[in-house]
Amino acid sequence: MRVSESPRPSPERLLRQAQAEENKRWGARLKIFLGYAPGVGKSYRMLDEARRRCERGEDVVVGAIQSQQSADVQALVKKLELVSPLQTSEGQAIDVEAVLRRSPQVCVIDPLAAENPTGSRNSHRWQDVQELLRNGISVLTSVNLLHVEEYKEKVKAITGKDTTETIPKSFLLAADDIVIVDVPTDLCLWRLGEKLTPTGISNFQERQLSELRELALLLTAEVVDAQLESYVHAHGMEPVFGTHERFLVCLTSHSNAPAMIESGERNKERFQGELYAVYVCEPGRSKRERATIQRYFDAAKKAGATTEVLESDDPISAIVEYAHQKRITQIFIGHSAKNTWRDRFFGDPVLRLIRAAEGIDVRVFPH
Amino acid sequence: MPAADDTQRGNLKVYLGYAAGVGKTFQMLADGQAAAQRGVDVVVAYFEPHARPDTIEQAQGLEIVPHGKVEYRGKTFEEMDTAAVLRRRPNIALVDELAHTNIPGSARTKRWEDVQVLLDAGIEVWTTMNVQHIESLNDQIWQITGIQVRETVPDGIVRQAAEIVAVDVTPDALLNRLKRGAIYKPEMVEKALTGFFKGSNLGALRELTLRQAAHEVDLRQSVYDETRASQVSRISEARTRGAKDNQPKERILIHITADPSTAMLIRRGRRVADYLHADCTALYVHGTPELSQLPAEERQAVEKHLRFARSLQIETRVLGGSDIAKTVVEFARRNQVTQLFVAHSQVGLLERLRGRNFTEDIVRFAQDLQVTVVADRTRKQAS
Repeated sequence: MRVSESPRPSPERLLRQAQAEENKRWGARLKIFLGYAPGVGKSYRMLDEARRRCERGEDVVVGAIQSQQSADVQALVKKLELVSPLQTSEGQAIDVEAVLRRSPQVCVIDPLAAENPTGSRNSHRWQDVQELLRNGISVLTSVNLLHVEEYKEKVKAITGKDTTETIPKSFLLAADDIVIVDVPTDLCLWRLGEKLTPTGISNFQERQLSELRELALLLTAEVVDAQLESYVHAHGMEPVFGTHERFLVCLTSHSNAPAMIESGERNKERFQGELYAVYVCEPGRSKRERATIQRYFDAAKKAGATTEVLESDDPISAIVEYAHQKRITQIFIGHSAKNTWRDRFFGDPVLRLIRAAEGIDVRVFPH
Repeated sequence: MPAADDTQRGNLKVYLGYAAGVGKTFQMLADGQAAAQRGVDVVVAYFEPHARPDTIEQAQGLEIVPHGKVEYRGKTFEEMDTAAVLRRRPNIALVDELAHTNIPGSARTKRWEDVQVLLDAGIEVWTTMNVQHIESLNDQIWQITGIQVRETVPDGIVRQAAEIVAVDVTPDALLNRLKRGAIYKPEMVEKALTGFFKGSNLGALRELTLRQAAHEVDLRQSVYDETRASQVSRISEARTRGAKDNQPKERILIHITADPSTAMLIRRGRRVADYLHADCTALYVHGTPELSQLPAEERQAVEKHLRFARSLQIETRVLGGSDIAKTVVEFARRNQVTQLFVAHSQVGLLERLRGRNFTEDIVRFAQDLQVTVVADRTRKQAS
């Protein structure tokens, strides 16, 4: 099979690799604690890890702390060494120079999303973190979903809360480690002073938080998936199948492509999965067919699909190979309205695909 | 999920993890401590006696209901004393390891059955389990890890839970715990490193756990939204709203046979139906005039599959018909089925000589239906 566009590692993966390699030279690691809202207990979880590391002999300092803390968190902070942040009339900033001079193994930054006061060495706190990492200092830091740039609008649509302090999602994808701090919504609200209602989702506020919780879980799953892909890639292993639903729509000019694309889109949304669409270009296709395929490709792209043209004189093998490469879990193919001489000679292509698609479901669509 | 009218029944909360040692029990006990401090009557109804030091410390101060003793083959085993917990009647009972199979001679076969008894008595239960014990994920787990998990919990039990909490830790931290001997005894560590804890397994199981937790959260949103006209914009449907809102409800039909691959087919069908919020029915068609005329072995296999489908809350139907493929397809048409689920039956020599294959017959007949041919995910690993 020849894939017209050779499979490239995603930009995220390249970024991850570059950053990981850079930091690894110094043994520095970035670990992010992600929460879906204030009150889930990110700070506690992170500082508790800092305490344990300290007890195991690692050299840990705290470079930034939240202005408002629960008693539990305060008790943990007291056990750790603090490199006092710089105070200005505009607010706080990590004293990067002091931390670099102190040169600990690990620095705790709580929270990650913060705009530094004007005149600071970096405009954003996440850039301070990058500087620490580049200098061989590992960082433990916490972030709330609201402060991830790409999720800002979604969170605003759900809760009406807005923020100007954001970090790019690519920063999360490039972290060595990410951990989600997950608690039921009622406990989260209780920590913020609301009444405890331990019965699932019981009011509108919990319902909204629940939406954020789902987003945070899926974001973490996405980061884990990217890490898994790099791991498998770096170790030259067979791709791992089945952690995540991935749908592949096979487009031909004489199948019911619009219905397949629409169903693919719905499945992608429901499973929070991924959608791909391919067309296998066989030699000698007419111009009119190419125009039809182009229309389908546009529709597929609009539905959020990654599209690709495969060139092969053996479409079935090309599709199966592509599917394995992309870790597809379900292939959508249409019954063909017209049988070519090839089909009469080699048998129905749909049936041949079913036989060849080892380990992958095949969904056959009516014409 | 709890039925709205059944206020007497206890709530269930599940701490979901991806492997031993991620901290499920620890988290459950920590939350239990917090509840006890709020003045809630919490007891530990069961936790592993060979628990890790951190975990034992976390249980300090909580009341523990003494475990029951069960004699089996000259040895004494400890199990949860369900009767004692019922007598004690706490507000909340903490029960470790939902997927555990009780020692023969216990009152019930599975711990999740004991948990049902507590819930029925109005006791709130908090419990722990790993993602690989969810019934409908069984084949995916096999596909990912090459390990067949035998102790499973029906999806319906997990679905009852008012809350699912994902207990997350990075694989690196987990491997450190394992190597420090904090999870298994030293002689077990090597075995773990070549099994579930091997290479990419942990990452894959972790991803599956996070996605499962997100899905469970999503299902609970649907329940809330169905009982109240919710104004919250849903992420899972954020971009499919509008014209497609009028999509008729999907109906899935699973075709049952005596073939062992049917169990996998049922699990897959159930899972897809859950995600698509679809109705789900299973159908068996016998070629003999009467079901009783089937060879005993075949009949037992079919009955086992029908029972399994019902245990996953799938409605089952049995029909007779000389042409099985045709009967299945006609039933699907009559019942407005939108997706037909069939397994890819192995092509036997006889079939190949005749040039016929049952699955392929269905695909050919049902040109007006969507047919999903479910791959056998276990076969590749097993071979």
